[in-house]
Amino acid sequence: MGQGKCCKAGEGLEIRFILIQNRAGKTRLAKWYMQFDDDEKQKLIEEVHAVVTVRDAKHTNFVEFRNFKIIYRRYAGLYFCICVDVNDNNLAYLEAIHNFVEVLNEYFHNVCELDLVFNFYKVYTVVDEMFLAGEIRETSQTKVLKQLLMLQSLE
Amino acid sequence: MPAVSKGDGMRGLAVFISDIRNCKSKEAEIKRINKELANIRSKFKGDKALDGYSKKKYVCKLLFIFLLGHDIDFGHMEAVNLLSSNKYTEKQIGYLFISVLVNSNSELIRLINNAIKNDLASRNPTFMCLALHCIANVGSREMGEAFAADIPRILVAGDSMDSVKQSAALCLLRLYKASPDLVPMGEWTARVVHLLNDQHMGVVTAAVSLITCLCKKNPDDFKTCISLAVSRLSRIVSSASTDLQDYTYYFVPAPWLSVKLLRLLQCYPPPEDAAVKGRLVECLETVLNKAQEPPKSKKVQHSNAKNAILFETISLIIHYDSEPNLLVRACNQLGQFLQHRETNLRYLALESMCTLASSEFSHEAVKTHIDTVINALKTERDVSVRQRAADLLYAMCDRSNAKQIVSEMLRYLETADYAIREEIVLKVAILAEKYAVDYSWYVDTILNLIRIAGDYVSEEVWYRVLQIVTNRDDVQGYAAKTVFEALQAPACHENMVKVGGYILGEFGNLIAGDPRSSPPVQFSLLHSKFHLCSVATRALLLSTYIKFINLFPETKATIQGVLRAGSQLRNADVELQQRAVEYLTLSSVASTDVLATVLEEMPPFPERESSILAKLKRKKGPGAGSALDDGRRDPSSNDVNGGVEPTPSTVSTPSPSADLLGLRAAPPPAAPPATSGAGNLLVDVFSDGPAAQPGLGPTPEEAFLSELEPPAPESPMALLADPAPAADPGPEDIGPPIPEADELLNKFVCKNNGVLFENQLLQIGVKSEFRQNLGRMYLFYGNKTSVQFQNFSPTVVHPGDLQTQLAVQTKRVAAQVDGGAQVQQVLNIECLRDFLTPPLLSVRFRYGGAPQSLTLKLPVTINKFFQPTEMAAQDFFQRWKQLSLPQQEAQKIFKANHPMDAEVTKAKLLGFGSALLDNVDPNPENFVGAGIIQTKALQVGCLLRLEPNAQAQMYRLTLRTSKEPVSRHLCELLAQQF
Repeated sequence: MGQGKCCKAGEGLEIRFILIQNRAGKTRLAKWYMQFDDDEKQKLIEEVHAVVTVRDAKHTNFVEFRNFKIIYRRYAGLYFCICVDVNDNNLAYLEAIHNFVEVLNEYFHNVCELDLVFNFYKVYTVVDEMFLAGEIRETSQTKVLKQLLMLQSLE
Repeated sequence: MPAVSKGDGMRGLAVFISDIRNCKSKEAEIKRINKELANIRSKFKGDKALDGYSKKKYVCKLLFIFLLGHDIDFGHMEAVNLLSSNKYTEKQIGYLFISVLVNSNSELIRLINNAIKNDLASRNPTFMCLALHCIANVGSREMGEAFAADIPRILVAGDSMDSVKQSAALCLLRLYKASPDLVPMGEWTARVVHLLNDQHMGVVTAAVSLITCLCKKNPDDFKTCISLAVSRLSRIVSSASTDLQDYTYYFVPAPWLSVKLLRLLQCYPPPEDAAVKGRLVECLETVLNKAQEPPKSKKVQHSNAKNAILFETISLIIHYDSEPNLLVRACNQLGQFLQHRETNLRYLALESMCTLASSEFSHEAVKTHIDTVINALKTERDVSVRQRAADLLYAMCDRSNAKQIVSEMLRYLETADYAIREEIVLKVAILAEKYAVDYSWYVDTILNLIRIAGDYVSEEVWYRVLQIVTNRDDVQGYAAKTVFEALQAPACHENMVKVGGYILGEFGNLIAGDPRSSPPVQFSLLHSKFHLCSVATRALLLSTYIKFINLFPETKATIQGVLRAGSQLRNADVELQQRAVEYLTLSSVASTDVLATVLEEMPPFPERESSILAKLKRKKGPGAGSALDDGRRDPSSNDVNGGVEPTPSTVSTPSPSADLLGLRAAPPPAAPPATSGAGNLLVDVFSDGPAAQPGLGPTPEEAFLSELEPPAPESPMALLADPAPAADPGPEDIGPPIPEADELLNKFVCKNNGVLFENQLLQIGVKSEFRQNLGRMYLFYGNKTSVQFQNFSPTVVHPGDLQTQLAVQTKRVAAQVDGGAQVQQVLNIECLRDFLTPPLLSVRFRYGGAPQSLTLKLPVTINKFFQPTEMAAQDFFQRWKQLSLPQQEAQKIFKANHPMDAEVTKAKLLGFGSALLDNVDPNPENFVGAGIIQTKALQVGCLLRLEPNAQAQMYRLTLRTSKEPVSRHLCELLAQQF
């Protein structure tokens, strides 16, 4: 209710959603920073998959998507996609993805797709440490990992 | 570093996930899930109280099932219970479940809020962060109401941990964006700005986002952040690559924080304080210098992080647009990137250079890269890079390079992706006209456009070439010769036939002396295309033929033969039949003088004397009307709205291209008998002819339309602002609308007539009618004083893009308005495409020697072009579902400003323009409506639902349309009416 308002374009550095999908289109993480109903989410997931998987290595890591753009990078069989406003800083988000992936890699010790499946509830914690309310919250890998390990030690 | 093993902690969960992964089919998966759901349900319902671990495990399984795409309708209570556990892992799963599955209407919200409250007060940073993340993830109004006051306190409290501050800042940002009214500004705001000085870079990173958002809404209150941001940025930029330790990323110090600070500074003009400005300029120079240094690492991460800062720096330089030196340096830097091996950098350089091209300081520097950009257009593999190259060429075009750029774009058009052809066509058409030195080049260019990409050449473009040719004697002969040659091609585009038909009909005589293009040759060339063309084009050609009879009497017999043929006289299409009958009779009954008068060459467009035309048309009766209905009759255009079916337009839609003909040219006033003779003759013909039925004189409904001026030749003007002869004052010439303008406009959203404005001097009344995408408005200006107004001039201005969205044709009014007198102004309005802002009405005059000026918003809103659509409940719901993309829906919940009377509401909704559908909504209190917005370019299907809540004195209004901005705009317009 009333959240339509925060969806106005041009509100600055703001992530609309983060998706991790494999090549077959299976979602490994979906984090939404805008209100969508379930059907809409499904539609977005399918569209993003269709847009991103047809591109090859010679293409840019950016693709226009509806009124936004997707910044994405492929790691093995996984596509990490961030949807942002068209005037946001492409390279900053591209490296935010990489920073996130390096944290996952460290945390899960050579992360693979299955880690994300079996530990899906922990991946959400990692995301919340690094991105919150559609903004970048923490960028230091050392700090994030320290916090994650502290949480890991809790009962 | 200890790694996390597979699903450690919850074995049952890992087993379940493995089972699901081993399922060979969807059916097997569903079976396994149902089994699990039954198991969990029985555990939750069982007599034995579950321990925290089991509860956590089952809630987590439910969450997994939900994330697989299955509905979950229980377990919420157990999740809420987990929130009050004092074990982190249980709490975390509880919060995660709430964040992912929350329903703000849930009755549990009170319990959830209670748990959050306890955690926020717990002084345990881990729990506080969980609670803050939950608020930030859900961001509902209820949570805002409950916590908006607490969070600023937590944010600035001296004893809050750094991680809590980070989360609190972004949590507050989320609440502020969702419901700014709930976040109280106060003494905390000053302290928030000082977070820019915080020792912890993570706190600064989070705080900058919050401050940027607050600055956008209240720039003056947060001005102090400028100098703090500059000094922070300066410290980062000048630090060595290892100084910032944890915050150095691949040898780049704090790249994300730098980008955020640079974006924050873009909320403001350049700093006024010379010292601050000096320091900032130094920073910007340092970034540019560093771009030239050899990389500290070969990794792409290093260069990306470095360039993220560089591009943001360039954005700030462009935003300031005041430092020529920096602008040129930025341009040179981007120039290097244009040939970089990284596609990303080439793309971003093209994009960024596009904005540099519009600065007077760097325009010339950008132009030096023309060859590289042209090369990019030809060779880039990624279509989005090519598109940026085309954008940049367009942006850097001026008189010096127009020919080169236009010819390159034309060449590119031959192989361009379908997705961007139309845009390229428009760009070429605009550049060709804007920078045409000799108009033969312009004509060649447009004809090339049609030849290469005829399907993508819109009406605006080919109307425009006709208009320019008509108005310029020096190019008419050339145009006739060129179209004649173009038509020789065995397969030429229908748009070419239209342009050719029109131009030869007007100026074919200029090339008739050459035996190779003698009148019979011209005619047979055109007629060879006739049968392949659409009705609209054939109608245009018939008019060309009658003009030929006038221009070249030797073709009369042949053409009469064509007109007389059964395929014309008994054509199933009313318009064609009517034209054939009319023209045949005209050619045989009228004397050469009359014919010459009726078919006189088109006068130049702006000088056309429309009042005489209107008179002529009234005599003519039917067949007159707007040229612009045509698009709607094209069946393909009906699909645009993807939902609501358009209701059929009136049967006798007037001729599409009549206006492009000499037929409407005013006969010289010196020959009144001939004029009336011709007019009467035509009327007689109609009443006898087989086409008489639809033409028997306008029905009352049509009378309105039939009086409309032909807007066709004028409307293409909207395409271009520059050489428009009809001098609209630019928006800069007129003052801003008066403060009440919006309120006055709102009064007219649901009605068409009334007093628009009144003060001691002047009263402005409005009467208007709208039909489909056309409208006519009468403005009545009443002088309330006893003194004459002088230099009285009301004009209509289209701010921004509106020119391309709405065509408003005005007639001049007398420059003097006597005391106590009223003058009337007629406006003809055509909605070309959806628009969001109304045109402005600027009224200027002198009263007692003193200049008066006044700017109002003209009460033309998009809903005026609504056509109500009736449909059954089933259809309604089907369409409702079809329009389910998030952008297609707009919703507003608002307090009633007027008594909630169902009858009044009904009247307002009908006034708004939609049909009211009964028996659709299961709740009879609710209102459901449907309609189509008619514009020339497209139709937008609209569905709406208004749910009054008498108890709460609130409404909920939901709009779904096939176009995003339209949904929002309609929703805003309508919400203000109740």
